[in-house]
Amino acid sequence: MISREEALDVYQQLRTIRSFEEKLDTMMKAGKMAGFLHLYVGQEAVAVGVCSHLNDRDYVSSNHRGHGHCIAKGVDLKGMMAELFGKKTGICKGKGGSMHIADLDRGMIGANGIVGAGIPQAVGAALTVSVKKTGGVAVAFFGDGATNQGQFHEALNIAATWKLPAVFILENNGYGEATPAEFAAPMTDLAVRAKSYAMHSLVADGMDFFDVFEKAGEAIDRARKGEGPSLVECKTYRFLGHFVGDPIGYRTDEELNDWKTNRDPLPTFETKAIEMGLVSADALRRIDAEVTAEIEAAVASAEEAPFPSPEDVLTDVYVTE
Amino acid sequence: MARTLSFTAALNEALHIAMEADDDVIIIGEDVAGGGGRKDQGIEDAWGGPFGATRGLIGKFGPERVRDTPISEMGFLGVAVGAAATGLRPVAEIMFIDFLGVALDPLLNQASKMRYMFGGKARVPLTMRTNVGAGNRASCQHSQALYGMTVAIPGLKTVIPSTPADAKGLLLASIRDDNPVVFCETKSLMNSEGEVPEGDYEIPLGTASVVREGGDVTLVGMGRTVHTALEAADALAEDGLQADVVDLRSLYPLDEATVLASLEKTGRLVVVDEATPYCGIASEIGALCIDKGFDFLNAPVKKVTAPHTPVPFSPVLEDEYMPSQEKIVAAVHEQLGWNT
Ligand SMILES: Cc1ncc(C[n+]2csc(CCOP(=O)(O)OP(=O)(O)O)c2C)c(N)n1
Ligand SMILES: [Mg+2]
Repeated sequence: MISREEALDVYQQLRTIRSFEEKLDTMMKAGKMAGFLHLYVGQEAVAVGVCSHLNDRDYVSSNHRGHGHCIAKGVDLKGMMAELFGKKTGICKGKGGSMHIADLDRGMIGANGIVGAGIPQAVGAALTVSVKKTGGVAVAFFGDGATNQGQFHEALNIAATWKLPAVFILENNGYGEATPAEFAAPMTDLAVRAKSYAMHSLVADGMDFFDVFEKAGEAIDRARKGEGPSLVECKTYRFLGHFVGDPIGYRTDEELNDWKTNRDPLPTFETKAIEMGLVSADALRRIDAEVTAEIEAAVASAEEAPFPSPEDVLTDVYVTE
Repeated sequence: MARTLSFTAALNEALHIAMEADDDVIIIGEDVAGGGGRKDQGIEDAWGGPFGATRGLIGKFGPERVRDTPISEMGFLGVAVGAAATGLRPVAEIMFIDFLGVALDPLLNQASKMRYMFGGKARVPLTMRTNVGAGNRASCQHSQALYGMTVAIPGLKTVIPSTPADAKGLLLASIRDDNPVVFCETKSLMNSEGEVPEGDYEIPLGTASVVREGGDVTLVGMGRTVHTALEAADALAEDGLQADVVDLRSLYPLDEATVLASLEKTGRLVVVDEATPYCGIASEIGALCIDKGFDFLNAPVKKVTAPHTPVPFSPVLEDEYMPSQEKIVAAVHEQLGWNT
């Protein structure tokens, strides 16, 4: 279980991801940003519940919906915001944008524009920590849709056969773009796919930080102890469209409202943490205010930052030194 | 001291040296050892790689660093990319370059772009060894020379040696390069032999070599076609024509200076490639001559390539498919005809 201090930290991260994404949504709709944005609102408990167990020697690979994973893994907010504005001061010098945020120093080996592609890369990182015996683990975050990709299956088979310290976090938010998960695969619990690879699997309530924290903790512990990989399916929901600008239309208002009203991971955490005597509502409101200020500051600094110079298009293709 | 070694043995020696010198070098691919997990039955290293190039590595460096994979090219190439980005120096083997059809994403969208996408902060020191080319009756899906495809992807380097000595030096340089390198091994050359220096040496990527000197025409080749060009040079010499033969060795980065210097000397250039004719290295060399060597040209640049067809099986057809000494000589005579 978590301490009071950790509980405040957890809430701070949940709130940061939520506010960061909502701010982007607003700015995108106001025409202040360019590109594709796939927002993480609704799924925050997954990234935070998992990354609470990780440190800098652990690796994470992510997907197109990666901002939450980056924030939870400790990537600098200002650098992320500047990247999303395409600025020279961005974490990737403005060359990657939303779907390619990475920070190798933090063990964040990349968001990804190709569905499923991050999964074998996490297995590769698990191979690195295993060969180098660093004691680290590698986690892959991906969606329900990605489990229908070949890269998912090949990577799980390899990780299980080689017993690598990898953890597969499947965020089942019910949809791949506009296609319901049950229309793309014939089972309700995608976690059963682990059985093909004789891999340990678990199902977690992805809207509840505490449940994700517990199940992911079990998987990460097993990996650290050399007991091999696990697949953890987190049942979750995205509150916004697939991307900013998605006309939606593939789900009912009742369904959305039910999740938002009854399952929202922020109030869910708040209620439980207060009941457990870990936090007070006042402390959380102070965090809300701090986070808002921090995000406004990140936006302001991103807006002021310079764009790359046109000649920068030519640099960073090869290692030259 | 140089000894005579086969292409395969030279590659094997390079891999031993690279693994000895650097613990981060690991080998990953299908049957790179063979008989996996049966050491207790006295079985280990049953194959040593499909062509024997990785033989003896598992015995020396162990199964942690020499990994037989499931038949999952996309999966293990992706694993190698992840391992490279996080501190290992993997040498992954895609048995035949044709199999990139089921494994392209890790090269096309991942390894090649990580450094750029991540603002210059990633290093992906991955070497992808792969077998290319026709001439072994391996037919349509095991004979292609698809390096033009990898050359077209920014962020990758592509190398193709023509001799055992170059194979060793280029492989060592490729493994130690901090960029992803596609290392092409021409299957029809695997058993060919040549003098190979002992010890550790590297041939810098991006340096072509002039393997025969002559002032009348430049013949540019790569991999197997260097040998075809040398045969043609012998035939031309009988007619009193001296050919300069350039072995590109590295397709990206391309040693433009060596090609242009030869063209300046001879005024005529024939490029010989066993890949298909469109959007390939031969066309690229032609464009280079027009763009930067226009003033040197005394005759049109000629491409001697495979036709725009799949690689056929029947020996009669495959022999016709391949660039030949006769086709090169004919191209040179066409150039002479144009000139007079
Ligand atoms: C190989 C590939 N195919 C298709 C796409 C287009 N695409 C982007 S996101 C997405 C849906 C992914 O669904 P899921 O994995 O469930 O993640 P979610 O968006 O629900 O978080 C698709 C089809 C892509 N980016 N890459
Ligand atoms: Mg989904």
